[in-house]
Amino acid sequence: MTRKWLYGVTLTLVLTALWALLSGYGLKQPLLSLGVFSIVVTVWMTIRMGLLDGESTPYLRLRYLAYWGWLAREIVKANIAVLRIVLAPVIEIKPVVTRTPVTLTDDVARATLANSYTLTPGTVTMEIEEGGFILHGLDESFCGQEGFRTFERKVKAATGERGA
Amino acid sequence: MTFTAIIDFTVGLMLVGAMLLMLVRLFIGPTLYDRVLAVNAFGAKIVLFLAVFALAVGRADSLDIALLYALINFVATIAILKFFSYRSLEVALDDMKPARPRDDAGEGV
Amino acid sequence: MDWMSVLQFAVHLVSAALMLTGAGIVLAGAVGVIRLPDFYTRMHAAGMTDTLGAELIILGLILQAGFTLVSVKLALLGLIIFLTSPTATHAVANAAYRSGLKPLLRRWRSDENREDAA
Repeated sequence: MTRKWLYGVTLTLVLTALWALLSGYGLKQPLLSLGVFSIVVTVWMTIRMGLLDGESTPYLRLRYLAYWGWLAREIVKANIAVLRIVLAPVIEIKPVVTRTPVTLTDDVARATLANSYTLTPGTVTMEIEEGGFILHGLDESFCGQEGFRTFERKVKAATGERGA
Repeated sequence: MTFTAIIDFTVGLMLVGAMLLMLVRLFIGPTLYDRVLAVNAFGAKIVLFLAVFALAVGRADSLDIALLYALINFVATIAILKFFSYRSLEVALDDMKPARPRDDAGEGV
Repeated sequence: MDWMSVLQFAVHLVSAALMLTGAGIVLAGAVGVIRLPDFYTRMHAAGMTDTLGAELIILGLILQAGFTLVSVKLALLGLIIFLTSPTATHAVANAAYRSGLKPLLRRWRSDENREDAA
């Protein structure tokens, strides 16, 4: 119950900061009542829909930043490979559908992993199952299993894998 | 014209070219999903164009529009897909739970 | 010409390079959407090359705008695109996969007969 209160307070603070930033007025008088109204309605609706938990509270874990840096390099590398295929005078590809086993159990970690696979061009997560993901690869060369293992290891290190 | 204005103009023109290609895919796309994909990518380019436009003409207002467009573009894609998957927008989250498709749902499209 | 204006010009040069690269990537992704054979392969070109192109363009715009409220809004825009774009692509791919759309799974060359490319 206390955790729920903590999430609610965090959400309210973040929304207030966002509103102050985007309105351009800061927290000064004009339209302030409208801002308060919209924040209260948003928090109330979040509680009513039962979405208020650790996933819905926007916060950034610092360990993620290192992971994002590594991910950015991977994205650039894969992008160059895809652009080379697309801009070649004759496109020659062999698309594959493959299944990769995933041992992560934490929801946030699994979502991060699936989104990372999707973000690197050349592989897109098509279906999420209990013990693995089904991926579509633009070409065979994007679908080496050891590449997938590296991703999983990095995500495991970034999220700390607190278990379900 | 200053240096940055020329760059903004060039980038805007390239984005418009990409948008036209997306419209071609939208009209000839053989399956529904090609069209959804084209609409989504078109929206992403509109957002970028609005951002470039905001700085090119010095009106920061259109950045707010770009932010809204980015969010609505996402929601619209999900809503279209949900409608064509279930023929209704009133499916509760719990009913969508089974992660594997039923065997009888394999046909269609 | 003093040092400040030289620095300013350098920043503008870097921003121009970033923006032109980003726009080039977006344009190449659009060409890929036209050229590739079936839905699942087009998805790679449409969804993901766009994301890198978009982030590069937004980075260039941030450099161009300097340290203002505009930059903060641009950074927020970049974050939103970074988070929603892979989710939208996954949603489209998942819907197509569940509806039973068959992917093309054999080796394909763009100069062979084209009628089987759905």
